[in-house]
Amino acid sequence: MKKIEAIIKPFKLEEVKDALSELGIEGMTVTEVKGFGRQKGHTEIYRGSEYTVDFLPKIKLEVVLTDSAVEGAVAAIVKTAKTGKIGDGKVFVLPVEDAIRIRTDETGDKAV
Amino acid sequence: MIKKTTSVIRLLAAVASLAMLGAVTSTLHADTNAPAAAPAAAAPAAAPTPLATPNPTNSAFASASLTNQVAFLEAAHSNSNPDPSGIAYESDPGHNAWMMVSSAFVLMMTLPGLALFYGGLVRSKNILSIIAMCFGITTLVSVLWWAFGYSLVFGQSFSTTNPTLGLILGGTENFFFKGVNSLPNTSYAYWVSQNVYSIFQLTFAIITPALIFGATAERMRFGAIMAFVFAWMFIVYFPLAHMVWGATGLMNGVWNAAAKIPAIDFAGGTVVHMSSGWTALILCLILGKRIGHGKEQMMPHSLVLTFIGTALLWVGWYGFNAGSAVAADVVAANAFTTTTLATAVGAFTWPLVEWIFKGKPSVLGFCSGAVAGLVVITPACGFVNSTGAVIIGVVAGTIPYIFSTIVKNIFKYDDALDTFGVHGVGGTCGALLTGILVDPTVNSNLQAVSAGSPHNPAMDNGLITAIANHSLVVAQAKAAGITIALAVVGTLVIGYLVKFTIGLRPSVEGEHQGLDIIDHGEEGYTH
Repeated sequence: MKKIEAIIKPFKLEEVKDALSELGIEGMTVTEVKGFGRQKGHTEIYRGSEYTVDFLPKIKLEVVLTDSAVEGAVAAIVKTAKTGKIGDGKVFVLPVEDAIRIRTDETGDKAV
Repeated sequence: MIKKTTSVIRLLAAVASLAMLGAVTSTLHADTNAPAAAPAAAAPAAAPTPLATPNPTNSAFASASLTNQVAFLEAAHSNSNPDPSGIAYESDPGHNAWMMVSSAFVLMMTLPGLALFYGGLVRSKNILSIIAMCFGITTLVSVLWWAFGYSLVFGQSFSTTNPTLGLILGGTENFFFKGVNSLPNTSYAYWVSQNVYSIFQLTFAIITPALIFGATAERMRFGAIMAFVFAWMFIVYFPLAHMVWGATGLMNGVWNAAAKIPAIDFAGGTVVHMSSGWTALILCLILGKRIGHGKEQMMPHSLVLTFIGTALLWVGWYGFNAGSAVAADVVAANAFTTTTLATAVGAFTWPLVEWIFKGKPSVLGFCSGAVAGLVVITPACGFVNSTGAVIIGVVAGTIPYIFSTIVKNIFKYDDALDTFGVHGVGGTCGALLTGILVDPTVNSNLQAVSAGSPHNPAMDNGLITAIANHSLVVAQAKAAGITIALAVVGTLVIGYLVKFTIGLRPSVEGEHQGLDIIDHGEEGYTH
């Protein structure tokens, strides 16, 4: 089992979700987050006060998959979330020790 | 020939209004009069009887000759003195209607106009502190006004008991609204009920202190605000309003023949905007900066609220400026026009300057430019023509902009919502520009022979001469100097008094938490 954490541009969420659904992936968790990497923030000016806004709004998408499904899912995310411009985001893949479905007590691959 | 035709038409119009007035009167007093009056109201055009049933509150009208009756109505029509008709005065429904609407409009400038304009500019944890400030001041000042304020500003008894004091404060005769009834106080308006006039002036006394606390936003406790306002009304506002607008005032060039400084201020450039703006500067210096000022981001939490507030201020300001004619007359019409032009030009210029120097025209720039335009035209609106208004709009969009952005950052004072930059600086510009751009043809009070009275008091105090010599700006500068001195000294005294008694600021922790919770136990938004 692996967990995919993808930070993507907010407007790409629908495309990414549709691509993952086509692969048969049945669930995911999405959070509105703020952050920055190499993409610069912007400046906001309110009369005499100038503020540099470094943290830009992004979407963090989390999905846990069986090992065999990971490669295809990562490829789908990278393909659909790409604009080619700075700020497209990153995908992280992490190992997961176990998973339990609360309703049925199923564990491991059966639970994801 | 043309003139003669015009007078015939006016005579006919006056006779027609006379017939209508009779009809309305008999309708209004149907309860107290004999029931036979009702049919007359049903068919006003056909029945000559209304002429025989005058308003019971003015019995002199019935016994007057038709010529004098027409003269009386013509005086109401043109907002002039009815004395030559020999008929005792009464209020006029048309002028009263406009003044009641104007009063409601000016109240709307504070609740909710200013509350939303300022409220949108603070962080969300302090939105309710702005609303409570506006609401609290409205209630406190209303009570002070009823008890003492109206009399101290518009009374005249001190001028007989102590002439020097009479130049600074009004009198005691109207304490607790004594004698303030539906008949006009002809020292201020021939045709507007005194109770309506006093409420109209109350709404000015409400918004003026409320403006101050934009500069002190997000760090002054509610109790300290109320204590400051209580003292400030007596020490700064009541004397200043009397000096500028009171019939016996020191700087009332239009109405007081004995005015020492023949200055003019139509709707409150000195009384409202300079007094609040200069007070705001001193108070924000006494108070100190917000914690984290210059380091933390303190962005407005909702420019949408600020926009709505600005729009309400603009609309309400028609009551403020055009209403300051205290009549629905030609001067009000001029003020209505100049107010619109100056505001539009101000709201055009400010974002244009931003676009040129900062790269983008901002919504806050539109809002700021509109308010600045309204501020700068305020003292001038009934005294300048449309060209003057456009010039004023350009000044409004540039000078306050420079103070709110560049000067503030150089001197690093925390005028949080730019009360000084917009109202203090804008009001001062307006007071001076009024002296430069004044056009006596738009307002007969500035002419040697005033339409309102047989002898214009402005002939005696030097105002007419000053306008003719183009030296009015000197009197305006003196009035501005007195206003600044009074606001600065008064604020130093009251500000330190409150600081060393009940204190001005919340604890550091409380300021971080936000004034809404620590002062009011509420939150503006729950997510």
